[in-house]
Amino acid sequence: MTKNILLTAIATSLLMAALPAAADPAHRAQAVAVIKKDFQPRGQASLDRLAEDGLQAVCNRTGNKPPEYIAKGLEGDQLAGVKYPADGKLMGDWKSGERLAQSGRGFTWTDDPGLPVGGNCYNCHQIAPKELSYGTVGPSLFHFGKLRGNTLEMQKYVYSKIYNAKAYNLCSEMPRFGHVGALNEKQIKDLVALLLDPESPVNK
Amino acid sequence: MQHRVIGALCAMAVMGGVFAQTPRKPAAKPAAQAAPAPTAEAKDAATLEFEKFRAEMEDSNPAELFEAKGEEFWKSRHGPKNVSLAESCDLGQGVGKIEGAYVKMPRYFADADSVMDAERRIVWCMVEKQGFKFDDIAKRPFANENFTPDITNLVTYVAGHSRSMKVDVPLKDPKVREAYEIGKEMAAYRAGPYDFSCNTCHGSDGKRIRMQNLPNLSTPKGAMSGVQGWPGYRMTGGVMLTHQWRMGDCFRQQRFPQPKYASDAVAYLLTYMIGNANGEVYKGPGIKR
Ligand code: HEC
Ligand code: HEC
Repeated sequence: MTKNILLTAIATSLLMAALPAAADPAHRAQAVAVIKKDFQPRGQASLDRLAEDGLQAVCNRTGNKPPEYIAKGLEGDQLAGVKYPADGKLMGDWKSGERLAQSGRGFTWTDDPGLPVGGNCYNCHQIAPKELSYGTVGPSLFHFGKLRGNTLEMQKYVYSKIYNAKAYNLCSEMPRFGHVGALNEKQIKDLVALLLDPESPVNK
Repeated sequence: MQHRVIGALCAMAVMGGVFAQTPRKPAAKPAAQAAPAPTAEAKDAATLEFEKFRAEMEDSNPAELFEAKGEEFWKSRHGPKNVSLAESCDLGQGVGKIEGAYVKMPRYFADADSVMDAERRIVWCMVEKQGFKFDDIAKRPFANENFTPDITNLVTYVAGHSRSMKVDVPLKDPKVREAYEIGKEMAAYRAGPYDFSCNTCHGSDGKRIRMQNLPNLSTPKGAMSGVQGWPGYRMTGGVMLTHQWRMGDCFRQQRFPQPKYASDAVAYLLTYMIGNANGEVYKGPGIKR
C-alpha cells in the first residue's frame, strides 16, 4: 500500500514535469499563493485541505483535460486503490442507500465531524423517480439497473465508481467517496443496491 | 435543502405578516424541523410564492431599511478619530461620493496599494480614517438573526446608490486585470475532500444542485445573476447578507476552510465574477431566497 502511494507520488512528480503547462501558469501560481495566505481554519475544515493531491494537481494544471496517456495511467492508479468487500457481496439494502443518497451533510465547517457523512447523490443526480428535487451536475441514474443490468461485473463497476469516480474519469466532478473515507463499505454496498437492485424504485 | 425550501415558505408566511405591520422587525427564525418531505407541488409552490413575495416587496424592499441605517452611519461621526465616512472615504469617485461607486468596484486604490471590492474598501476607510480596529470588525463581519454589523448597512447603502446602473469594473487597469486573472484561476482551483472548485458547480450552463439553479460565472448573464441582488435580504432567517458573505458560504459548500474577511482572495474572486458581469444592469440590493 505505502509502496503504491510512493510509486504514485513519484509517477506524479515525473508527470508534472512532462505535463503541458497550464494555459496561464503565472496567474495559477499567484492564485495558489493567495489561497495559501488568505484562508483560516474553521471547524473541521483545516488548512491542509487547500493543498492539491497529485490527481487534483494534474486536473488543475490541465484545465481538467489531461492528455489521454496521462489520464489512463492515473486512472489505473486510482482503480488499484479501490478496496472491495472481503465477502465478495457488492449489493446491500437499497432502502438505506436511498436515505444515504438523500443526505447532503458532511465535511463543511458547520458539520459536526462526529456525525456520519451523507452521499450527496441527489445534489447532482436524478435517481429514484419520487424525488423531484435533484441536481443535474451528473447524468440521470433513473433506471440505471434496468438499462445496464446487474451482473457481477456491473456491480463491480458501480461499487468502484462510487468508491473512486476518478478511476474511470480522471477529472470527474464526482467526489471519491470511498477513497477519502467519506463512505464505508456497507454504505457503498447500499448505494449499489439503490442503483442495481431490481426491487429498488430506481428500476421500477 | 428540503428544510430550506420549507423554511423559506415559513419565512414568507411569517414575513408577509410582519412586514404588513412593523417593517422594522426582522422575521423570526422559522421552525422547520419535523416537516414532512415536500412534494413536487410544494416546491413549485415555494418558487411561485417566492416570486410573488419578491414582486410584493418591490415597493417596500426590506433592503431600504438597511440603506437608511447605512446612510446614518455614513454621514455621522464615528470611531476613535471621530470623523464621518462622508468627509473622509474615497470609494474611487472622490471623497464622500457614492453615486455609481458600487458598480465600479472592485478597483485599484493607490492609497491602500490593493484591489478592493466595495466592502473591503469601506472596512479600509473605517480602519484608516475612523480609527476602528480591523480585528474588531473582522470578528463579527456578517449579520445573523440578532445582529447586523454597521459594515453591512454601509455596503447596502452604497450599493443602493448604484441602482439601475451598468456594472463597469475597470478591467483596463492593469492591476485590476491582474486581480481578475488570479481570481479566474482561483475559481478553477480544485482541492479538499471532494475535489471541488467554484467551476465544479458554476462552470457550465443550466446546471442545478437539487432545485437550485447554478449560475455559470464565466458568462456575462451568469456572472450577473451571481451579482444581482447582493447585498441581499435573505428570507430564510431574515438577515441582510453581503457578497463577501456569499463567497464565504460557497467556500463552505466547497468544503474549503474559511477565506479571511476582506482579503485579497475574496477581492480577486469578486473581481473575476463582477468583471464578467460588466455591461449588465445592476438592480440594487434585493431579496434572496
Ligand atoms: C458533485 C456532483 C456529484 C455527486 C455529489 C455525485 N456524482 Fe455521480 N457523477 C457525477 C458526474 C459529473 C458524473 C459523470 C461523469 C463521470 O462519469 O465521472 C457522475 C457519474 C456517476 C455514475 C456513472 C454513471 C454511468 O453512466 O456510468 C454513477 C454510478 C454515479 N455517478 C453514482 C453516484 C452516487 C451513488 C453518488 C452519491 C454517493 C454520486 N454519484 C454523487 C457527479 C456527481
Ligand atoms: C458544491 C457546489 C458549489 C460550489 C463548489 C460553489 N457553489 Fe456557489 N452556489 C452553490 C449553490 C447550491 C448556490 C445557491 C444557488 C441559489 O441560491 O439558488 C450557490 C450560489 C452562488 C452565488 C449566488 C448566486 C445567486 O443567485 O445570487 C454565487 C455568486 C456563487 N455561488 C459563487 C461561487 C463561487 C465564487 C464559488 C467558489 C468559491 C462557488 N460558488 C462554489 C453551489 C456551489
